[in-house]
Amino acid sequence: MQRYFKTIRLFWSTAFASQLEYQLNFLIELLAMLGTLLGSVFILSLFFTGGRQLGDWTWESALVIQGVYTFLDGLTNALLRPNLTEIVNYVREGTLDYVLLKPIDSQFWLSVKKFSFAGLPEIILGLSIVFWAAIQSGSTFSSYSLFVFIISLLIGFIILYSVWFLIAASSIWFVKTWNATEVLRALLAAGRYPISAYPVILRFIFTLVLPVAFLTTFPAEAILGELKFNILFFGLILSSLFFIFSRLFWKFALKHYTSASS
Amino acid sequence: MLEYRIEIALWALSGVLPFIMFSLWSQNDVGNSFGLNDIGLARYFLSAFLVRQFSVVWVVFSFEEDSLSGRLSPYLLQPLHPLLRYVAAHLAEQATRLPFAIAIAITFFILNPSSFWLPSLPQLFLAYLSTHFAFTIAFLLQSLVAALCFWTEKSSALERLIFVPYLFLSGLLVPLSAFPSNVLKLAMLTPFPYLINFPAKILSGMPVDIFNGFLAQILWISILVPSVKILWKLGVKRYTAMGA
Repeated sequence: MQRYFKTIRLFWSTAFASQLEYQLNFLIELLAMLGTLLGSVFILSLFFTGGRQLGDWTWESALVIQGVYTFLDGLTNALLRPNLTEIVNYVREGTLDYVLLKPIDSQFWLSVKKFSFAGLPEIILGLSIVFWAAIQSGSTFSSYSLFVFIISLLIGFIILYSVWFLIAASSIWFVKTWNATEVLRALLAAGRYPISAYPVILRFIFTLVLPVAFLTTFPAEAILGELKFNILFFGLILSSLFFIFSRLFWKFALKHYTSASS
Repeated sequence: MLEYRIEIALWALSGVLPFIMFSLWSQNDVGNSFGLNDIGLARYFLSAFLVRQFSVVWVVFSFEEDSLSGRLSPYLLQPLHPLLRYVAAHLAEQATRLPFAIAIAITFFILNPSSFWLPSLPQLFLAYLSTHFAFTIAFLLQSLVAALCFWTEKSSALERLIFVPYLFLSGLLVPLSAFPSNVLKLAMLTPFPYLINFPAKILSGMPVDIFNGFLAQILWISILVPSVKILWKLGVKRYTAMGA
């Protein structure tokens, strides 16, 4: 276990050093992030014109969801995107061989190798929005609601990671998965809005098939102190299943790996 | 291109964002506040989806890859502007995407039968023309960013700075008529509304100022063409052939 922590530390300090080379990128990411946030809050405000509500969510509580989305987007940009989009390149160029030979779990290696520090401001900003908007909508935090919030964020992140990793792992057969990731990203954008704002069919899909609801709506409910315990329980089971499945699928995929070029 | 059928089908699917937004706007009855009933909304977002399918551009990503891997050097030697090569690739893929786009449109009509409509021939022609202009503007905008590859190696990061305003101002998420008037005025000064909003309005049969719309599209093209040419020329002088 300690070996894994040490490896992460080494990976990320190298990543930090190499990213200092591209300071301009950091600035661009920052600008893009602020623009995205401004734009999505503006679009959200259009739903509330004329004193309307969005699927029984008030303006302030809908902002909590935007905050959770921003936080997860930051985590995606920092950790998931840099690592999981690389897997297809390892497969295509045959360099996955070297990863498999390393005396460390290959899924672990592939998932944490890189860390993009440009995602950090987004993570911090996302959390700040969550707490600010939660206070605005009159929520009083208790240690219990904070605890549930952290657990539900974890559930959301594990589901997101597992789905993404599954798609990336399928590159062992399909080699090109870039577009599949794009489909995923487009669907995840649905998480910017509360799940109750969608038509019934989509609500069902976004809860059970592609659990977008667990990524943003439920964590937001948790910090507002409205999350039902059975949903949290269900989320724990669902996320464990997703994670176990991603691991089994990776093991299964590796059996079919035939290497390239070499 | 036909080798990558699944790829292209998936990409057609990755354009589902207008449909997600449609389900939100119609479910929450917001359409009325900007003068669109459910049928109008459905037609607008299907049109937006179709326009995007035939105007989406990724030249900066191909160009960055070619530039970093040194493949650009032989292209530069050929007596053909390298950008034309990318234009051809984009047009070829648009053609392969047509059947998938039609399939998605049919599915949409099955799910929302009341929204079915067939645009008249002149409407279709004008929409076709304005979508091509939209593609041209988007392509030129990205080429401008791609030409920056000659200065910085990572110009695909700069592309985000175009993509963000494109996402919110083009009309992909909401018809621009929903914007408050001062935001709308500001948006109309940028090229983005002419990339989705304008062609989609023509295709869906919404009232739209056709003359001024085309005028603006042509104006943007005539500004962007010389800019790309100049930047490209300056860039090639600095080109040092990476990787080769």
